[in-house]
Amino acid sequence: MYPNDILESMKKVEANRAENTAMEPRRMTAEEKEELLATYHPDYRQDQFETLKVGANKGEKAPHELAEILQANSRIKPEEIDLEKIDYDVDVLVIGGGGAGASAAIEADNAGAKVMVVTKLRMGDANTMMAEGGIQAADKPNDSPATHYVDAYGGGHFAAKPELLYRLVTEAPEAIQWLNELGVEFDKAPDGTMITTHGGGTSRKRMHAAKDYSGAEIMRTLRDEVLNREIPVVDFTSAIELILDENGNAAGAVLMNMETKEILIARAKTVIIATGGAGRMHYQNFPTSNHYGATADGLVLGYRAGAKLLYQDTLQYHPTGAAYPSQIFGALVTEKVRSLGAKLVNANGEVFMHPLETRDVSAASIIRECGARENGVETPDGIGLWLDTPMIELKNGEGTIEKRIPAMMRMFGKYGIDIRKEPILVYPTLHYQNGGLDISKDNMTAINNLFVAGEAVGGIHGRNRLMGNSLLDIIVFGRSAGKNAAEASKTAELGKLSLEHVNKFAKELEEAGISTDVVSPKLLPNYTKAKNI
Amino acid sequence: MEEMVKIFLFGKKYEVPAGLTIMRAMEYAGYQLVRGCGCRNGFCGACATIYRIKGDRELKVCLACQTTVENDMYIATLPFFPLVKQVYNIEEIKPTEQIMMQLYPEIYSCIGCNACTNSCTQSLNVMQYIAYAQRGEYEKCAEESFDCVMCGVCSSRCPAGISHPQVALLARRLNGKYLAPKTQHLEERVKEIKDGTFEELLESLMQKPIEEMKELYNTREIEK
Repeated sequence: MYPNDILESMKKVEANRAENTAMEPRRMTAEEKEELLATYHPDYRQDQFETLKVGANKGEKAPHELAEILQANSRIKPEEIDLEKIDYDVDVLVIGGGGAGASAAIEADNAGAKVMVVTKLRMGDANTMMAEGGIQAADKPNDSPATHYVDAYGGGHFAAKPELLYRLVTEAPEAIQWLNELGVEFDKAPDGTMITTHGGGTSRKRMHAAKDYSGAEIMRTLRDEVLNREIPVVDFTSAIELILDENGNAAGAVLMNMETKEILIARAKTVIIATGGAGRMHYQNFPTSNHYGATADGLVLGYRAGAKLLYQDTLQYHPTGAAYPSQIFGALVTEKVRSLGAKLVNANGEVFMHPLETRDVSAASIIRECGARENGVETPDGIGLWLDTPMIELKNGEGTIEKRIPAMMRMFGKYGIDIRKEPILVYPTLHYQNGGLDISKDNMTAINNLFVAGEAVGGIHGRNRLMGNSLLDIIVFGRSAGKNAAEASKTAELGKLSLEHVNKFAKELEEAGISTDVVSPKLLPNYTKAKNI
Repeated sequence: MEEMVKIFLFGKKYEVPAGLTIMRAMEYAGYQLVRGCGCRNGFCGACATIYRIKGDRELKVCLACQTTVENDMYIATLPFFPLVKQVYNIEEIKPTEQIMMQLYPEIYSCIGCNACTNSCTQSLNVMQYIAYAQRGEYEKCAEESFDCVMCGVCSSRCPAGISHPQVALLARRLNGKYLAPKTQHLEERVKEIKDGTFEELLESLMQKPIEEMKELYNTREIEK
């Protein structure tokens, strides 16, 4: 239910709906996009970044909030940790229970390795569970992995590591097949043809989906498979420091029970970081679409142990976070809403952009429209623009919304907004960590036997990611991390366990003149006493 | 002055701003959540919650992240519920009626009270999907249960001890793997990739200078 002042603007959207639905807005030229991004995208606000003073990326830029936790104190004092008392002893330790971690665990188990998953909340509490729109794969006759490559490479500003992107696009169809054979449901026509749509920046309709619960459907199935295989899952337990051996190989992690704070030692021949994203860091004070535990833990763990980051200075702001009502402020409104035909409309009822530009361009365009162009709609929490959802049914017929995006219908329906009849208000929300730990094409960091998969990886997508390529990367790189770690564990010989890297990093902080009370990894955001987050 | 409402968290009174969700109200009151908080957006089922409005006989259930506080709301969270999950090998089981009998025989003890449906935080017709499962109609069970977030509230209310979300998950996996139509174009593409059909093209792309890639990207044809 909208307040009256907002209803005034909504009337203009309604008045122009038929005309706006029929029109095909022009796409921006490369030059227009570049200028727009440089002026309005949060990644380009120089005052929001600082130069790292210690670690493998010393001298490079990072957001203030990330720099603070990268250059913070450990949660442990190495001299107080007894590395002789081993609580868990495995071949492969997977840190993180999301889509990448689950895929890795399944494949490591398949390869015969003794694998264990440790996760700070429950198995499946992850951004994967919240991915709505879909997963890309070039499996239609008019499409090819090469076309997928060009779309993703261009969309990511030609910054992706070619050897990683090659794997992403060539292993995509097999990833879909693997999921389908595990029992993941996909939207299909009666003859089995996948029902696919566009995402922002795709040149072919290659977005596969399971309604708008795509990630949830994948995550609950992977979790079920992990449980069927009786792979040990140690939940409500975080990894708070990596353990290396005396030769510098990854050798396990120091764990902490999130409830009792008990410290536990996991020794492992190989370690996979699959800790996900960082939305709960609230970079530049943005709200976020991310789950509660998205605090960049893996980046901190890896960085302190000497691993290098790539593109840590770039974040994805999803163009359409909910801007109204307050209760769902910042929650994700899937891009699929636009894939199905809804357009972005300003306060005057005008379509001001093509709805399927890439996410960085769309977000910057919305910020410009609300800011410099003063065409936004004021809301109790800030400002927003219309996403004209009723267009979907004008274009595709009645019943489309309930069938294709039931989660969106439900989310707004709880607050008295029927998205079939009324448009919704949106504004960019912090959504994805484009950067992360730098890996080789076999998932390994510069630290021997330390693997990474999922959102904690940097370089698969470059400096911006296309819709549907993250659900894809967690499967492709999650699976290979599991296989590669299992293989490496066969020949790994662990030396004496060590936390000397923690001392070394502390010394570097001291030498750089950094004195701080901050401890990391952050593990969870602190929202106590706060009215707004 | 901001409007405040009076709520009771596990029986203890707090005053919180009207308009907050139950989850945010708990945090406003000072709780640092570890249990009972996951995606915060209605997808993960971590925050199942029971409440009663003072003076109202009816016990209500909800997701704490999706429900706004009301005055005189007595709130208890249900951060964990012991659902029964049977272990099986998806490659070995078949989508027959017998598999439910074997793994989840308690579904045949359903007394038809409809407490599951009445309590569903996603407003699903839970009892109906259990009926489909009983009859081995897994496609229908999968569709009817699709939006389940596995919060477990239905099971907490079930006199027959059914773990509805697990039954539904089994039905969906059976449907996704065995019953839904096979995708021929997917199988063909996987084979083409294995045969190296696109290798040369991709390798040439990987070696192109950025300027050429920009040209290729900016002039590519976009499917309508």
